[in-house]
Amino acid sequence: MIGFPGTRSTSSFSSSSKRGCKDVDLVVALAGNANVGKSAVFNQLTGVDQIVGNWPGKTVERAEGTLQYHGRTIRVIDLPGIYSFSTYSMEELVSRDFIALERPDIVVNVVDASALERNLFFTVQLLELEANLIVALNQIDLMEKKGISIDYKKLEEILGVPVVPTVATKGKGISELTEGIVGLADHRRVPPAIRYGREVEDRIESLVSLLDKIEIGYPRRWLAIKLLERDEAITKHIAATDPRIVRAAEDLAKEIERIHGEPSGVVISAERYKIADEIAREVQMIRTYEDTLTDRLDRIALHPVLGYVAIVAVIGGLLAWTFIVGAWISGILSLAFNSIEQFEPVVSGPIGDILWNGAFTGFVAGVTLVIPYVLPFYIILAVIENSGYLTRISLMLDRGMHKLGLHGKAIIPLILGYGCNVPACFSCRIMETPKQKLIAAFLVTLVPCTARTVVILGLVAAFVGVWWAVGLYVLDIILIIILGRIAFKIIPGESVGLIMEMPSYHVPSAKVVLKQTWARTKSLLWIVFPAYIIGSAVLQAIYAAGWLNPVNSVLGAITVDWLGLPAVVGILLIFGIVRKELTILMLAVIFQTTDFAEVMSPVQLIVLALVTMIYIPCLATILSLAKEFGWRKASAITVFEVAFSIFLGGIAFRLLSLIM
Amino acid sequence: MPKEHVEEYLEAVFDIAGKDGTAKTSKVAKKLQNTPASVTEVFQSMARNGLVQYEPYKGVSLTAKGAEAAIKIKRKHRLLEVFLAKVLQLAPEKVHDEACRMEHCVSDEVSDAICRLLNAPARCPGGELIYPCEKGIESCMECQRTAGRSSSGAKRDIVPITDLKPCQKGTIAFLRGSQKVIQRLSDLGLTPGTEVTLRRKTPMAGPIEVCVRRTSLAVGHEIADNIFVEALGAC
Ligand SMILES: Nc1nc2c(ncn2[C@@H]2O[C@H](COP(=O)(O)OP(=O)(O)O)[C@@H](O)[C@H]2O)c(=O)[nH]1
Repeated sequence: MIGFPGTRSTSSFSSSSKRGCKDVDLVVALAGNANVGKSAVFNQLTGVDQIVGNWPGKTVERAEGTLQYHGRTIRVIDLPGIYSFSTYSMEELVSRDFIALERPDIVVNVVDASALERNLFFTVQLLELEANLIVALNQIDLMEKKGISIDYKKLEEILGVPVVPTVATKGKGISELTEGIVGLADHRRVPPAIRYGREVEDRIESLVSLLDKIEIGYPRRWLAIKLLERDEAITKHIAATDPRIVRAAEDLAKEIERIHGEPSGVVISAERYKIADEIAREVQMIRTYEDTLTDRLDRIALHPVLGYVAIVAVIGGLLAWTFIVGAWISGILSLAFNSIEQFEPVVSGPIGDILWNGAFTGFVAGVTLVIPYVLPFYIILAVIENSGYLTRISLMLDRGMHKLGLHGKAIIPLILGYGCNVPACFSCRIMETPKQKLIAAFLVTLVPCTARTVVILGLVAAFVGVWWAVGLYVLDIILIIILGRIAFKIIPGESVGLIMEMPSYHVPSAKVVLKQTWARTKSLLWIVFPAYIIGSAVLQAIYAAGWLNPVNSVLGAITVDWLGLPAVVGILLIFGIVRKELTILMLAVIFQTTDFAEVMSPVQLIVLALVTMIYIPCLATILSLAKEFGWRKASAITVFEVAFSIFLGGIAFRLLSLIM
Repeated sequence: MPKEHVEEYLEAVFDIAGKDGTAKTSKVAKKLQNTPASVTEVFQSMARNGLVQYEPYKGVSLTAKGAEAAIKIKRKHRLLEVFLAKVLQLAPEKVHDEACRMEHCVSDEVSDAICRLLNAPARCPGGELIYPCEKGIESCMECQRTAGRSSSGAKRDIVPITDLKPCQKGTIAFLRGSQKVIQRLSDLGLTPGTEVTLRRKTPMAGPIEVCVRRTSLAVGHEIADNIFVEALGAC
C-alpha cells in the first residue's frame, strides 16, 4: 500500500463526527464541483497533504483536518466533488445529507472562476439547502489568463453571501477566506431565496405549504423542489410520513411536464441553469479566448493514431524511467551500504544480535531496493495526474473498456494501481454502478503496483533481461483484458456509459508535485519501513530457531514440485501477503546477497516474479476490498487470484524450461 | 412502379452510399440481386420523380426528398425490428426479413405508435441508430402524451449530436435515455435550449467531446446518440 496517505482520516460519512471532539469550535465543510481546487484549498487551510490531481472524482473519501485561528479550533471537512444533489451517485446523496442533516457551521463553496455558470448551478443548490455559505472563487489566476474578469462585489450582492477570490495553489486569499469563515460564524447572513420561473415557482410554493407539518431536518423549500424532481430518496422518505403529499407532488410534476414537455427534473435543472447563466452574465466580462495549449496538445493526445502512440509512450516511459533511474540510484546506494557493513548471516549467538542483524538487513534492503524505484515513479505519476492527461487516456480507451463492461473513466484507477492498489481501489468509486465498481476494483488488484514493480525489476529486469520484464507487463495487460471480459460476463448488474468532464491542461507546479511525492513517500517511510524491519528480524529469528524448513517443506508440493522454485520461496510468499516487496527483501535476507542470479536460475526468477505479480492482493488491498465490497467478494477475489497464479506459474515454469 | 419497389431502392442507396453520397449502380444491383441494366432503368425513373440524381458510370445519389423518404423507411424498418424482437419475441435471425416485408405497408401513424409503445428506442437489435421522428416537437415525452393527435409543427433539422461535424454548433432539442442519465446530462449543463459545440469525434464510435458553457465534456457514443440537437452552422 505504498502511497496511501497516512495523514488522511478515513472516517465514514455515517459516523456522526461533527462534535466528535469537545474542543472543536467550528465545523467547516468544503463543497464544490469536481476538480475546482477543493483539495488545494483544504491543504492550505489545514496543512494536511491531500492528494491534488487534475481529474474529476479524485476526492472520493471525506478527508478531515483541523486549523487553529485566533484561539479557535476549526475542523475542516473536504467533501467529494459533485455537480448536483441528485442521486446519480452515492457521493451526491451522502454530501447532501451531511450538509442538511449534520449541519456544519459553515459550508465553503469552492468555485472554479473560469467555469462560473456550471459552478453557480451547484451554488444555487447549496443555497437551497440553506447552508451557511461562503464562496471561495478559486483559480482566478487561470480565469484571468482566459480573459475573464468577475465583479466580486456584485456577485456577493446577488448571492447574498460572502465571496472571496483565491488562488489555492499559491495560497493567495486563504487568510481572507479564514477571516470570512470566522466572521460568518459570528454573524450568519440569510440570503434571499432563489426564485424559479412562474410555472415551477408556483408549484414549489404550493408544495411548501403542504409540507408545513413535516419535520425531517431538510429545509422545506428544498424538499418541495426535490419532490418535484421526483428524487427517489426524498420521495420515499415523505411517502413514509404522508403519502398524500407525494401524490400531490406527482400531480404537480406532471403539470410541469405537460407545460414543458420534458421530465420535471430536467425542467428544474434547466431553470436552475437559467438562473446561474443570468447571475454569471451580470457579474462577468469575457474577452474572446482560445485555449491554445489545450487545443494543441489535444490535437495529439486525442488523435486517432498519435493518441494511442502517446498513451503507450507515456505509460511505457513512466515504467522505463522508473527502471532506469531506479537501477541507477539503487546501484549507488548498494555500493554505499556494502562499504559500511558486509552482509553476514548471524544465525547463532544471543537473540539480540540475531534480531538486530535481521532488522538492519531489512532496513538496508528497503533503502536499496524499494526507495530508489518508488521515488522516481511517484514524481512522474504526480506530474501526469496534475497535467490533466489522465482524462484524455480515458477518452481514447473508452471504446475498448466497453468490452470489459466498463467505460473510459475506469482507466484512471487502473493507472493509479501502478502506484498502489489501495487508493486505486477506493478511486473505483468514480464508476457509477456497483457492477462497474466491482469489475474495476478486481482488475486494479491485477495491476502490478510499485511493490510488485520492485519485484519484477529486481528479479527479472536486473538478472534475466529487460525484455523479459517488459514481457511480464504485457502479459499482465493481456490477463487483465481476458479476466475483465470474463468478469463482465459473470458479474450481474448494469453498466452505464461515459460522461466525464474534461479539464484543460495545467502545467503541474513543482511545489505540488514534490509535496505529493513526499506525502506518498512519507507514508511509506513511517508505516511500511517498520514492516520491513520487523519482518526481516522475525524471519531471522525463525531461521535461527530452525523453523524455516518445516514451513517450507509443507509448501514444497506447490513451490518445488509444481512451480520449480527453491524451497525457501514458501516462506517468502507468506511474507508477501503482508507486502509484495517483502518477497524480494526476504530473499536478500535469506541468501545474504542481492545478486539473485547466483542463487536462482532465470526461469525460477521469472516464475517467482510472475507468481508474486498476481498471487494475492496484499493485505492492505484485501482490507480495502472488504471495506468497499464486503468480505465475501474480497475473499472470492483473493482465493481466485491465489489459485490462478499458481496455475499460471506452473505452466510458465514448464513452457520456459523448454526454451531457456 | 410499385411503392414497395421504390422504397427498397431508396434504402439500398442509403445504405451503400459512401462519404460523398453516391452509390455505384453495380453495388446496388448486387444488393438487390438484380441486373445492372434493370437497376439503371429504375434509377432513371426515380430521377424523373426527383428522388435521386443519376449520373451514368458514376452512380446514384439521394436528393433531399429521397433522403427524407429513405430515412423514414429506415426508421420504420428499425422500429419494426425492435417491435418484432422485443414485443413479439421473434427469433433474432428472422427479425430483419420480416421487417423488410412489413415496412412498406406500415403507416406513419402506426410507426409512431410503435415508437411510443417502445418508449422511443434509440437503437434496433442490430445496433443501428433509430432516427427520431420528424415531428416539430420538443421531445419524445411530448409525443407520448399527445398520442393520437397528429402534429403539424414546423419541421426542424433535428439530429443526434453525433451527426454534427467537428466544430459545428447546435442547440439541445431533447434527450432520450434512462432518467438517471438524462438527469446527469442536464446537471452537467446539457439542458434543452442550450447551445453546444461538438469539439471532436473519436474514431470507431468512440466518445465525443462537447463544449457547453465553456466547459468540456466527454460523452460515450451510445449516450451521445440520444442527445438530439438542432444543427446550427459550423464555426
Ligand atoms: N492555476 C491554478 N490551479 C489550481 C488552483 N487550485 C487548484 N488548482 C489545480 O487544479 C487541479 C485540481 O485541484 P484539486 O485541489 O485536486 O481539485 P479538487 O478535485 O476540487 O479537490 C490541480 O491540478 C491543482 O493543481 C488555483 O487556484 N490556480
